[in-house]
Amino acid sequence: MSFTTFIQHCLTGISLGGAYALIAVGYTMVYGILRLINFAHGDIFMMAGYFMIFAMVSLPWAVAIPVVIIATVILGVAIERVAYKPLRTAPRMSIMISAIGVSYLLQNLATYLFTALPKAYPTIPLLKKIFQIGDISASLVTFITPVLTIALVIGLVMMINHTKIGMAMRAVSKDFETSQLMGIKINTVISMTFIIGSALAAVGSILYFTDRMSVTPFSGTLPGLKCFVAAVLGGIGSIPGAVVGGFIIGICETALVALGYSTFSDAFTFVLLIIMLLFKPTGLFGEKIIDKV
Amino acid sequence: MKKSVKWILNVVMIALVVLLLIFLENNKSDQGMLISVLQKGAILAIVAVAMNLLNGFTGLFSLGQAGFMAIGAYTTAIFLIPVAAVDGVYYMNGINPGIKAFKEVIETAPSWLQACYPYLALIVGGVFAALFAALIGIPVLRLKSDYLAIATLGFSEIIRALLSSPQFDTITNGSYGLNKIPGFSNLLIPFIIAGVCILLMILLIHSTYGRAFKAIREDEIAAEAMGINLFKHKEMSFVISSFFTGVAGGMLAMFMRSIEAKTFSIALTYDILLIIVIGGIGSVTGSVLGAFLVTASKEWWLRFFDQPQTIFGWEVPLFRTGFRMVIFSILLMVVVLFYRRGLMGTNEFSWDGIWNFIKKPFTKKKTAKGGAAQ
Amino acid sequence: MSENVLRLENVTMQFGGVVAVNDLSLEVNKGEIVALIGPNGAGKTTAFNVITGVYAPTNGAVYFNNEQIISNHPQGNMKKLYKGENLGKFPHVMIKTPDQITHLGVARTFQNIRLFRELSVFENVLIAKHMRQSANVFSATFRLNYKEEKQMREETQEFIKILGLEQVKNDKAGSLPYGQQRHLEIARALATQPSLLLLDEPAAGMNPQETQELTAFIRRIKDEYNLTVFMIEHHMDLVMEISDRIYVLDFGQTIASGVPDEIQNNPRVIEAYLGVQQDA
Repeated sequence: MSFTTFIQHCLTGISLGGAYALIAVGYTMVYGILRLINFAHGDIFMMAGYFMIFAMVSLPWAVAIPVVIIATVILGVAIERVAYKPLRTAPRMSIMISAIGVSYLLQNLATYLFTALPKAYPTIPLLKKIFQIGDISASLVTFITPVLTIALVIGLVMMINHTKIGMAMRAVSKDFETSQLMGIKINTVISMTFIIGSALAAVGSILYFTDRMSVTPFSGTLPGLKCFVAAVLGGIGSIPGAVVGGFIIGICETALVALGYSTFSDAFTFVLLIIMLLFKPTGLFGEKIIDKV
Repeated sequence: MKKSVKWILNVVMIALVVLLLIFLENNKSDQGMLISVLQKGAILAIVAVAMNLLNGFTGLFSLGQAGFMAIGAYTTAIFLIPVAAVDGVYYMNGINPGIKAFKEVIETAPSWLQACYPYLALIVGGVFAALFAALIGIPVLRLKSDYLAIATLGFSEIIRALLSSPQFDTITNGSYGLNKIPGFSNLLIPFIIAGVCILLMILLIHSTYGRAFKAIREDEIAAEAMGINLFKHKEMSFVISSFFTGVAGGMLAMFMRSIEAKTFSIALTYDILLIIVIGGIGSVTGSVLGAFLVTASKEWWLRFFDQPQTIFGWEVPLFRTGFRMVIFSILLMVVVLFYRRGLMGTNEFSWDGIWNFIKKPFTKKKTAKGGAAQ
Repeated sequence: MSENVLRLENVTMQFGGVVAVNDLSLEVNKGEIVALIGPNGAGKTTAFNVITGVYAPTNGAVYFNNEQIISNHPQGNMKKLYKGENLGKFPHVMIKTPDQITHLGVARTFQNIRLFRELSVFENVLIAKHMRQSANVFSATFRLNYKEEKQMREETQEFIKILGLEQVKNDKAGSLPYGQQRHLEIARALATQPSLLLLDEPAAGMNPQETQELTAFIRRIKDEYNLTVFMIEHHMDLVMEISDRIYVLDFGQTIASGVPDEIQNNPRVIEAYLGVQQDA
């Protein structure tokens, strides 16, 4: 492999990792607060892809992007309200099944509304502009993704550490019941979590699909699972962890494809997950929890 | 209700089912849809009960069913594809010479062995699934509930990737899948196998080991303090559940006649989860009932949602391809949100239950009358 | 010296930088009722969890019937963090899981009741018999062990009768009144046929009358089943009335031990419970 191709693959990997990182943050935040694997998150991401297709039909891209983000946020919050809120006191398994149910529903709804055939993703001319540095050529999106990811995550971490709602979020993730007793409006905090998670998923979806160029009702499933793995890898509940996890998975996946093992690239993510759970179940940045007896 | 009456009712019910199946067997051509729904229902019933053994009785939220079914299905298929068809099936990459030689030996085996051969293939499929489960159970079963779900899901994806990988082309035929798998010679057979499998699992659940599983479901720490070795019992439940899932996977291969890795995607696991949720997590009869109901409505009763319909010249809106699955998923969400116990909850079917159900409206009336008289 | 059933030797339990139990040594002799008392957070339940194998001690050893069952010394990261003493005294590592400890004949109850709530009272007790049965999963599934199974059920039936749970035997354990749940938890622990019974706050949340009944109950089962009892308790009436000896724990350390009268008059114990008088 020549040096140029190597750099080319590195860029692709980092870019893919950035998109994964944005989605992984959504998983890690919801898990941190509700202790729920939001199986529907990957499908929210997929729906954001379809929203973009329809928004771009009649709107210029600069308007379409905020519209897509808002629509995705509404979808995410609505799902929380309808499918998770009524089950707050139910056993963990019920909520997880509800999440799987929502994922199933979104996939079937997308199949019904948009058919199972891949739909072409609109090109945003600016993002697709090709840059040429020496022998290496890449579209702008490849460069924007990691930068945007890092910027968004830094903003998010600042928000969590320095604002009132951020403090409420930290409190809820430490102890759900006590923070309720302290007068924190749990539902507001949870909604906020879903708003942030969905907005990031929408941004991630724009970056991811711009590279992939088509959307199907099932294109959210695997990236969704991979991003959850990324969140676990980084230590579930930790936002920087999720970002690092996202980049690791994105880069490893690209490396495997580059080396010609593309059939194993999906499976590899899970191998990574299992190795991690075996040796450091709390992830790279997770805290250790001791069970009380 | 008396025990003898219950026995008679049980015998009558089984006899009716057998008679229905014999009738269908003789009228195969007219009842194609009913037959295929019943067969698929019976196969999924095994998987559903096996999943319930894990999720409902041992409290382990595992989502690896599709993977174990895939192992069973591929094993059975590889064993059963006849020598004559092999070259046609593996037209791209050829078949592993060892497997072909084995098949040729089997062709010359005595006829009694040939008669048993499909069943042996099913069992071997189950054993392979169980072995694999035993292997992955060692790391995975030490995890807490939600990590377990994602790890088993991950393993099921790994299995799928391995099955369709070019490295195993001469065994699994890679991404081309396997076909020309011989089916069941008689409609009764899948039902008998399903009956035996489910009966075995019921016996297990009611044995002392089944009680230990339930103890783990209720409270792991207390179960451990009762001298129950958590890992050993979880592994046991996982391996047994996977064995039956593998057998059912083999049956699915025989039923469908052709399989590919795509058949065993996460969606299949979700379908089975749906069955046990609708039937009631923790109820064997619920799972069986759920399997037939879900299969029938999905493949048959709700089909009309997928076709444009006109009633009195008025075209019903929304009815087109895919609408059925939307209705279906909404139904699932309704069950999850409002009828969390599903059809049966953790109860089992019993004649007493039916009897009380029939009696209920009458007894209610009586008390109401009594109240009015006072 | 009388024969001791349980002996803790320099047990230290440290979580991260927090020392929950510090250099705890104690003995429980055959046929005794020994109480472990101390203010909240003193490390009593942690000590129980070490004995029953829920946690492996950071340092120290546990002996049961004069045989070492648990022994450990700081390992890995803990080597640097360890704040306790007696380093190097326990070179041997022997760690057991809770079920292995139960097999040896040590049964326990929990501070916050841990019954199998959705199962019947009968099943709760029957499950405790599982570990002493000999059938493997195949013979159990095919009912080849029907004789043993029948015997297990009969014993459970007998047991439930003796312990006065006959009327509620088909009720769900979670639906029982609080006092009866505590009783059932003790009954379930007894069904594992222990020689040492550990009770973690058996009278928590009970009114004086229920506490009286419980006192009588503990005495009765102790005599009937030839038990040694080691318990954590906050109800001082119960502790003083029933125990042969008492250990007092504060901040993870034993601050006093002896017969009830000694403890009642020990200034350090009073201090631990009531605090030091500033103007004295």
